[in-house]
Amino acid sequence: MNQPLPRRDFLKTTTGLLTGIVVAGSPLASIAKVRIAPGRRRTWAVPMSALTTAEAATLMAMARTIAPHDKLDDAAYALVIKAVDEGAVEDERVRKTIKEGIAGLGAGFAVRPESDRVATLKKIESSEFFQTMRLKTLQVLYSTPMAYAYFGYEGEAFSKGGYLERGFNDLHWLPEVPVEDGGPLPV
Amino acid sequence: MATFAFKDDSVVVIIGSGAGGGTLAHELTRRGIKVVLLEAGSRQSPDSFSQVPGEAFTQLTWLDARTQSGDWGVARDFPTLPVWHCKTVGGTTVHWTASCPRLQPWELRARSTYGAVAGTSLIDWPITPEELDRYYAIAERRMGVTRRNNIPGLPASNNFKVMYAAAKKLGYKQVHTGHLAINSQSFDGRGFCIQQGFCVQGCKMAAKWSTLYTEIPDAEATGNLDLRIESTATRIENDHGPNGRVNAVIYRDNNGHEQRQAARVVCVAGNAIETTRLLLLSESSKFPHGLANSSGQVGRNYCHQITGFVWGIFDKPIYFWRGATIAGVIEDEAINDPRRGFVGGYRMELVALDLPTLPLVGLPYGWGRDFASILENYRNLAGMFINGEDLPRSDNRITLNANVKDAYGLPVAHIHVDEHPNDRALRKHAQGQMSRMYEAIGAKRVVVGPTPPASHNTGAARMSADPRDGVTNGWGRTHDIANLFISDGSVLTTPGSANPTLTIVALALRQAEYIGEQMKAGHV
Repeated sequence: MNQPLPRRDFLKTTTGLLTGIVVAGSPLASIAKVRIAPGRRRTWAVPMSALTTAEAATLMAMARTIAPHDKLDDAAYALVIKAVDEGAVEDERVRKTIKEGIAGLGAGFAVRPESDRVATLKKIESSEFFQTMRLKTLQVLYSTPMAYAYFGYEGEAFSKGGYLERGFNDLHWLPEVPVEDGGPLPV
Repeated sequence: MATFAFKDDSVVVIIGSGAGGGTLAHELTRRGIKVVLLEAGSRQSPDSFSQVPGEAFTQLTWLDARTQSGDWGVARDFPTLPVWHCKTVGGTTVHWTASCPRLQPWELRARSTYGAVAGTSLIDWPITPEELDRYYAIAERRMGVTRRNNIPGLPASNNFKVMYAAAKKLGYKQVHTGHLAINSQSFDGRGFCIQQGFCVQGCKMAAKWSTLYTEIPDAEATGNLDLRIESTATRIENDHGPNGRVNAVIYRDNNGHEQRQAARVVCVAGNAIETTRLLLLSESSKFPHGLANSSGQVGRNYCHQITGFVWGIFDKPIYFWRGATIAGVIEDEAINDPRRGFVGGYRMELVALDLPTLPLVGLPYGWGRDFASILENYRNLAGMFINGEDLPRSDNRITLNANVKDAYGLPVAHIHVDEHPNDRALRKHAQGQMSRMYEAIGAKRVVVGPTPPASHNTGAARMSADPRDGVTNGWGRTHDIANLFISDGSVLTTPGSANPTLTIVALALRQAEYIGEQMKAGHV
């Protein structure tokens, strides 16, 4: 069972912080989920409650190794770490798993070459720490508005009238389907 | 909507409001029969459907614990989610993708057609294809199935154009946008499909047939339906008399209070997993091994169909998420040709997954550069899904797990599946054909995905001519108890290669007629 939630204590202070620069022309500036630090409109900051800045940075490197998309902004990965941090606040057992897992990766993990990071992670692939981080990375990363924009996914369509008139059949590098095997556009 | 008294023993109690239960509720109430419909989930509407995939999953899915074992891939890849079905008014018809093929005559004669296959518990259906076809025709009209009754097919999407070109390259002939219960034009007071690609999250256009906004409101309009939401059946009681009739359903209401609803007839339609669990939980001195289980067949012969994703990566954009999820099918392999190395057939159906869901459900386990490179090509993916027949096995079964309890302290369902070699051979053949298809039109790479959590749950209370072979007769009436019916996919004797919902609806239409006659004649 979980211990009585120490949530309030954790929320009192921000322990760590992940920050980054908003790249010109990126969709980030308009995405409310990333807090833009007051007075510094061109940077973003995601505060941590359970994790220190160094721990969060290690997890960032881990998430980038699990799901490496070089041109996908750090802010998307920061939301993964934020979700991990929230899980660590809610549940003492998760916090222990994460903190011990980070310690096990060793100092300097975040700045080691990718091949080293992959080798390190392969050794702990069956651990609860790795599996938790893998799942959280996949669950959160590809749900972020930054990922939608990066991968070109247009998402929810009802509010825009579906894709009926927005490209559901705009592929022209293959032959068209005879109407008897497809169907007419609705009127 | 009506309200009937707990002690009113003239009502029919239906447990579950999906394809089977929701259809049955409408059919009985329109015949003037009073129905109490118990639904464990809450009631959504097209307005309330979330279009955030993760939220929609939580909003609609049955997430109460199940456990599993066996050598099927689901146990390895999705240990905590063996099956994926809904817990909401409308049941799994809220998230289904609306593919409505018919079972073919030879599929209803599986044992005769395939012969004795070692390691299976194959039997023939106790009803004839001609009989079932009559009700298929009614179901198709009711649901507005495309390419039937002069209803046009859905128009071809980008993803289907790829499938079509690939299939033609391999010489396949039966390739079209499918028989779908999705409106290609306005029908039955509901609008047409605007190609949202959010079938699985609940259709905000209500263009896709779901009992949530068709059968259930129609049943409510008769004045004979008492729908009780957030009401979980925990036990069916019997009168311990010589005929072992059932006479009440115990359930937890939306305040968590235990209630007892008297009943003249009980129909169980909780999806094969919960239907089995409820029968097994309802053991008594008269039925020590579970209700209607004198044969020992309750929960056995569980089938789930052979499913799985195959993705083609191309060098040009496809935007496969734009459009109805499953609007495409290749039917040429839905035949029995043992020269392929297996009995039974399969369909290849169009599929796409939204970005958040693809890495979680659609891709083989992985991480790192190779895994990420598939997602880097998200715009350039095309997708197909296998829907093939799996063979019933006596020990592929649903049981109670006494070690894991639900919120009411009751054992949860445990699902055990060991694949038959025939299952593996069929899947391998399908994956091979799909890979060849995509490669034939220039795919850079083909990715064979995992078997997702099972949605086509059938067989666990199957219809059988011989009471020793199954749980119900050809009407879905339990062999043991004259006023206890099973009204969901559990009754399918064998799964065949057709997605099961149309068959479930056809059987519910037929069962409603039978129950009406039996009640009128005073036999139940």
